Amino acid sequence: MTLDTTRRTFLKGAAATGAVLLIGVRPDGALAAAGDSAQFNPFVKIASDGTVTAIVKHVEFGQGPATGLSTLIAEEIGLRMDQIAYDFAPSNAALYNNLAFGPFQGTGGSTAMANSFQQYRTAGAAAREMLIAAAAQEWGVDAAELSIDEGVISGAGQSAPLGAFVAKAATLPAPEAPRLKDPSEFKLIGNPDIRRLDSAIKGDGSAMFAMDLHLPNQMVAMIKRPEQRGGLATGFDDSAAQEVKGYIMSAVLPNNAGVAVYAETTWAAMQARDAVEVEWDLSAAETRSSDEIEAEIRAALDAEPTYNVNKSDQAATQALLDGADQVLEQTFYFPLLAHAPMEPLNCTIEATEDGGIRLHDGCQLPTGPHMALSQIFELPMEKIEIKTMLAGGSFGRRATPDADYQVEAALAFAVTDRSRPVKLVWSREDDLRSGYYRPAFGHKVKVGLDAEGKIVGWDHRIAGQSIMKGTAFEEMMVQDGVDHSSVEGASDTPYQIPGAFFGLTDTEKATSTLWWRSVGHTHTAYVMEVMMDMAAKGAGQDPVEYRLSYLTGGADQDRLRGVLELAAEKAGWGNAPAGHAQGVAVHKSFGSYVAEVVEVSGSAEEGVRIEKITCAVDCGLPVNPDVIKAQMEGGIGYGIGHVMRDRITLTGGAVDQYNFPDYEPLRIGDIAAIDVHIVPSAEAPTGVGEPGTPPAAPALANAIAAASGDLRVSSLPMDENGVAFA
Amino acid sequence: MAFSLKLNGTTHEVDAEPGTPLLWVIRDELKMTGTKFGCGVASCGACTVHLDGMPVRSCQTYIEDVADAEVTTIEAMSETDIGAAVQQAWVELDVVQCGYCQSGQIMSAVGLLSENPKPSVEDIDAYMYGNACRCATYQRIRAGIQRAAEILEA
Repeated sequence: MTLDTTRRTFLKGAAATGAVLLIGVRPDGALAAAGDSAQFNPFVKIASDGTVTAIVKHVEFGQGPATGLSTLIAEEIGLRMDQIAYDFAPSNAALYNNLAFGPFQGTGGSTAMANSFQQYRTAGAAAREMLIAAAAQEWGVDAAELSIDEGVISGAGQSAPLGAFVAKAATLPAPEAPRLKDPSEFKLIGNPDIRRLDSAIKGDGSAMFAMDLHLPNQMVAMIKRPEQRGGLATGFDDSAAQEVKGYIMSAVLPNNAGVAVYAETTWAAMQARDAVEVEWDLSAAETRSSDEIEAEIRAALDAEPTYNVNKSDQAATQALLDGADQVLEQTFYFPLLAHAPMEPLNCTIEATEDGGIRLHDGCQLPTGPHMALSQIFELPMEKIEIKTMLAGGSFGRRATPDADYQVEAALAFAVTDRSRPVKLVWSREDDLRSGYYRPAFGHKVKVGLDAEGKIVGWDHRIAGQSIMKGTAFEEMMVQDGVDHSSVEGASDTPYQIPGAFFGLTDTEKATSTLWWRSVGHTHTAYVMEVMMDMAAKGAGQDPVEYRLSYLTGGADQDRLRGVLELAAEKAGWGNAPAGHAQGVAVHKSFGSYVAEVVEVSGSAEEGVRIEKITCAVDCGLPVNPDVIKAQMEGGIGYGIGHVMRDRITLTGGAVDQYNFPDYEPLRIGDIAAIDVHIVPSAEAPTGVGEPGTPPAAPALANAIAAASGDLRVSSLPMDENGVAFA
Repeated sequence: MAFSLKLNGTTHEVDAEPGTPLLWVIRDELKMTGTKFGCGVASCGACTVHLDGMPVRSCQTYIEDVADAEVTTIEAMSETDIGAAVQQAWVELDVVQCGYCQSGQIMSAVGLLSENPKPSVEDIDAYMYGNACRCATYQRIRAGIQRAAEILEA
């Protein structure tokens, strides 16, 4: 990837230096091939020098699609991994939409591999068949005798590198239904020795994140925002900022959301922003504190829920609980959480030579900012270009339904004379304070057990701030008033629980709510798995065996059993060393099945140390096994770090936390070891970015309970609710 | 104000105000972007560089304080035996995910191995404590440092 060349000129240049074979899919879905990128946007590009480039439609922020989608293309063509490069797709929802999102390009919901698996394999297979057909014609042999291996076409006594046939292949029609390789032929898919394509550049400083872009003549803009969400900037005094060398100017954003402060460098912008005094209109600003948010949620849990999620018989559940031998009751509270990706948010906007706008961004949902910029600049969609760069993490933060930071950058650019590119930079303080959080949620659960310890009724109330309501995703994700993301992982539990009732009440939003790695499962898995653990304990049964007894009757249950049994076996369940205690959790999310066993030493009072986490995952056919393991390791760490000690709190509407010292990330010593095992599977691939996260926190909570006289941590973070960590 | 900065074996004349963090001189003036901005308060380690071979947080190191020192950044790490070994280990084990913190992780790892060629897990956890990774690649960072130690011993 070169930064100073637009994709358009890159393709033009490639075409000028030789024939280029482009394989893609037309908007009508039919396979198409052409020698001209203007007609067909490709998933794979092959130049006559043999260079193969996968055009990756998903953003790379560590979860591995650059490697993964390239693996699919390389496998089907017949390449080594060192014979394929990748480039990120331009923003074009007609060509590069996420098949799980409809007509919308983007990355999220752990769908990158799931929605690309057939698409990219088919594109690679089509390329293989066309190259072979060209070679067969050239050599006058039967195509059936030819194959491609390590980039060389051979058979019928002939052999030549595939690049030799690109020009001819580009003139051939695309096959209607290219033959996909049988799994028995796979050399790359499922190979644990395949390495990431982006490792070397991320280890030598050469990887270019959006933050690393420096366009000629650019200005750096930072935004001075109100402390309370909803405050409006009405004016400013920049006389002190004038003393900062490199300060250029300030301007109230057209939507009054803040004041943009422009400078020649990032450091000057930071200093100037500190020096600018802003007049705020706080009449409509948020004034509530997190204590009030929590009180509202807890009150909602004690009232009748607004929605009966599964339209089940609530009175019948109550009757079952009334007749139960014992009722276990627990109320849970989950605080606001920030995403805090390592690369603070940023993006750069510039005017193009042809009167359009170009956005450089680690862009997670290109269609969103594409539409927003089209409206802001009153330009047709084709005049807006988005160059997706590497992104330094997201965990959901870069995927705002309102394209928040791209809109900020667009407004900050729009109010200038537009002669200089504007690079919007956020600080870590901006990141933690600027209002997009995993919403606060509460759960109140009553589980009735009979004399044998069997569950006879389950009354489960959820209250919290909806993520989807009021966004463009409401139509898709909210049915009969129920935001599915508020209840997913609970009301659709694969456990065969009799007499279950799930109620939901929405509470008022005090901040913007946003999906956070694994969305609703961040709280529902915790509650389900802690309650199942309490039920097992109440029944006097082993927590693994007890769970298995509720996982019967279908494919979901079989696969959950599979991971649970594997994790238990690999963890040495029930055989922890003296002084250690174990906890388990199993959960399905994003189509994948994950079980985790956490082993701790110490106790809540003396200090807990996480000695080992054993994970088993079933995500269908494992495409890049080592990437899957890495995603489980990372998903576990993300879940554990936050429940240990993180929360966002508000005082009078203003966020209390400012930077990592009081939103302390997981550190290297917090988890002594993680051991991941993958269940072999021939099912279609499913998600890996998020599913490792949901079981981690409840497995830790259950281990702490086992170590600490049955202490059930039901409000988070743990370190503020009775648990010390060693 | 003009400062002279010895960085990766070259002396650069830079124009910066006293009090400017070395991080921003490197990134914005010299346009070397391997050194990352993560927090600005020396709490994440993404900006780690070496000052006379010792890891420091460049966001809290000021231009006027480095006049006589030799600054080394990730871009020059492959030129040292330890740096090259760490980079090789990082690729062998695919330590990185998003990668944004990894320049800093590698600069700290090289600092550790320079002082302690065979660090224990406890040594690694203590030395690397200040380098945050939001992707939680810590287990591979540990393994990567141990692998680099092996490479260097061979």
